[in-house]
Amino acid sequence: MSRGFAAIGATWTAAHWPSVVAAAEHAHKVAAFPETQKWEFFTPAEAREIEALSSCIIPSDGTPGAREAGVVYFIDRALVTFSVDDQKTYREGLPQLQKRVAELFPGVATFSAASPEQQTAILESLDEAGSKIPPRRPRANFRPNASAQPLFEMLRFHTVAGFLIDPESDRQGNRSGVGWTVIGRDLQHGFQPPFGFYDKDYPGWKPSVAAVSPEASAKAADKK
Amino acid sequence: MTTDQPKYKTSEVVDFVIVGSGAAGGVLAKELSTNGFSVVVLEQGPYLTPKDFVHDEIKVLQEDLLTNHPKLQPNTFRKTPNDQAKLQRALVYGRAVGGTSNHFTANFWRFHEIDFKERSKLGAIAGSTLVDWPISYADLEPYYTKVEWEVGVSGLAGASPFDPPRSKPYPMPPLPVKSNGVVCERAARKLGWNPFPAPMAILSQPRAGRSACINCGFCLAFACEVGAKSSSLASMIPLAEKSGKCEIRPNSYVHKIEVDERGHAAGAVYFDDKKNVHLQKAKAVILAANGAETPRLLLLSASNKFPNGLANSSGYVGKNLMFNTGAVSVGVFEEQTNDYKGYAVSRILHDFYELDANKVGFYGGGGLDARFDMTPIGFGLGGLPPGTPRWGKDFKAALAHNWTRTFEIFGHGTSLPVEDNSFSVDSDVKDAWGLPALRLTYKDHPDDLKLAHWLADRSKELLDAAGAKQKWTYPIDEQQFGVHLLGTCRMGQDPQTSVITADHQTHDVKNLFLCDGSSLVTSGRGQPTMTIMALAFRAADRIMALAKRGDLSA
Repeated sequence: MSRGFAAIGATWTAAHWPSVVAAAEHAHKVAAFPETQKWEFFTPAEAREIEALSSCIIPSDGTPGAREAGVVYFIDRALVTFSVDDQKTYREGLPQLQKRVAELFPGVATFSAASPEQQTAILESLDEAGSKIPPRRPRANFRPNASAQPLFEMLRFHTVAGFLIDPESDRQGNRSGVGWTVIGRDLQHGFQPPFGFYDKDYPGWKPSVAAVSPEASAKAADKK
Repeated sequence: MTTDQPKYKTSEVVDFVIVGSGAAGGVLAKELSTNGFSVVVLEQGPYLTPKDFVHDEIKVLQEDLLTNHPKLQPNTFRKTPNDQAKLQRALVYGRAVGGTSNHFTANFWRFHEIDFKERSKLGAIAGSTLVDWPISYADLEPYYTKVEWEVGVSGLAGASPFDPPRSKPYPMPPLPVKSNGVVCERAARKLGWNPFPAPMAILSQPRAGRSACINCGFCLAFACEVGAKSSSLASMIPLAEKSGKCEIRPNSYVHKIEVDERGHAAGAVYFDDKKNVHLQKAKAVILAANGAETPRLLLLSASNKFPNGLANSSGYVGKNLMFNTGAVSVGVFEEQTNDYKGYAVSRILHDFYELDANKVGFYGGGGLDARFDMTPIGFGLGGLPPGTPRWGKDFKAALAHNWTRTFEIFGHGTSLPVEDNSFSVDSDVKDAWGLPALRLTYKDHPDDLKLAHWLADRSKELLDAAGAKQKWTYPIDEQQFGVHLLGTCRMGQDPQTSVITADHQTHDVKNLFLCDGSSLVTSGRGQPTMTIMALAFRAADRIMALAKRGDLSA
């Protein structure tokens, strides 16, 4: 499934074995969706996996995370609307994920059934490039670049989008605006100054004390 | 959309058909129609109105609500004419009534005197086709003023010691300062630089029936839901419609300029929304379709009489493309700036507008602005410092901390005209209408890249002086994607090295005019729309003078 996976898995397992044993006995929360939920793309089993995965990307840790924002519903709808071309990434990626879970943690049935520590380990093995990827200035296109881990990169894109989408859109994400609230964005769409800390005591614009000539400015820059 | 619009028959020979309804097309439509000429504007995109202008980042940025669509209109890219072009999105432009003026940031800097005569001052530059403009700043000054008063620009005259002369102050005060503006201003003064309130094409006060800015924060890439941003759609199209002489015809994709047996333009051939083909006849044709689509349309209009494309005896149609260079540094601050509130830019710097090539070792110059132009999803995916965890609780904590404490210093600069840098047509790839796709050929002139690094250094210096807790610069790579589409049918006196005259008339076809980003001779310092609009006001005057003299009658 990917470069160097076996080595990463073996090393990690050796280092973490005691906690793996402990975690295996840990009962944890698996998503319970309403029985009436009509999925547009996922099977209920797939939806449980997606919710667990997105919940690792943006966890519920004292403030709402991907779960409370309804990210799984956002992704389900995304895959029949703006991201219809990405269905394959999920349909092929989820069985591969399943394999990796089994390879890393024999006996663990699914990602969502793994312990939080196991889930973290599985995601770490998927995020190969990790934070070494330089940030890309988000311009016209949010879609991830081609990657060795298309499912992980797509999930990251969809989870962030589902968490931070305008809650007034009809895309099922950012329910009740919890994503915006977490990052400190007021839910309104219009504001009055002062906006932030530094402009609240601003005395008003005045010209520079001694208006500087272009030559003087250039000199100031040269000195640096 | 008003009901005052006339409905012209395609067989009726109207005075002018204008292709494109953006920054230039909207101004031309308003000027010509309110002066009594009959006008049909053919716009390839839909007629959207403020109720369509949502803040759904997926709809606007992924589904291209306002812009050209990569699936319907694929592009190819190659660095040089010797390379094989590959399928890749090469540009974004507005594809709706109002064009790119719907979704621009609205930075409205005038060009300075130097922009019009840089070649004379500097001499030849290796690898560049740099020439002077056939007009001067003084020729364009009255039209810059017209843009400020008629379209609506907020600003403070005299605030910048580097400003060129102006005949009138701005019609409205600057927009309220933001935290990034205050921080930038204090830091710049520490460094001996001259920050000043940014001139913006956004209303700071209600004006002409339009609302003032409500500081929603969705400017760049989004269209204004209250009409405070001075797009053509908000400011010019309504006046054109009220004249009773102008029909705006959306969903009309022009793919050929019809030429009669004498070599005169006879009208524009377009697909309607059902892909039926029509010819709108006109006495004169004006292309204002942007710096990519205007040259493409000329190349698609090749015929026996014009085998290299219409109006292309110079061979310069599509060439000398300039994107503007740039560099973006980002800072994270101690206290909350909340710069997501309000329009993107409130303070700018022009201290480095004209660098001394002998000192810095390269040609160019630029401006800096302090801004926060990211919207939530874009920020979540690409707005955190390098090395920040990409998922998990630390990722979430960084999002929660940084969203309200981040802003950018954006350096905007010159691009040199290079003959090979171009938009052309790629017969190997077809759009959804079966027409050859746009092919971009682009490799930054080495001086442009040096300038980008120089501006990045200044932006980091400014963030240091501002006391940023963290700072970084996005990687500076050779550009292979553009939004400023400049110089591809440039104006000039010499028909060998330019496509249009100073009157925007093509050298080869007397009743065919071009006016948009393609007309620019130099790139300015990264904010072209103000100049495109000023040129359009001036072009309207010149074209009407020719029409009244009878010079256009076929």
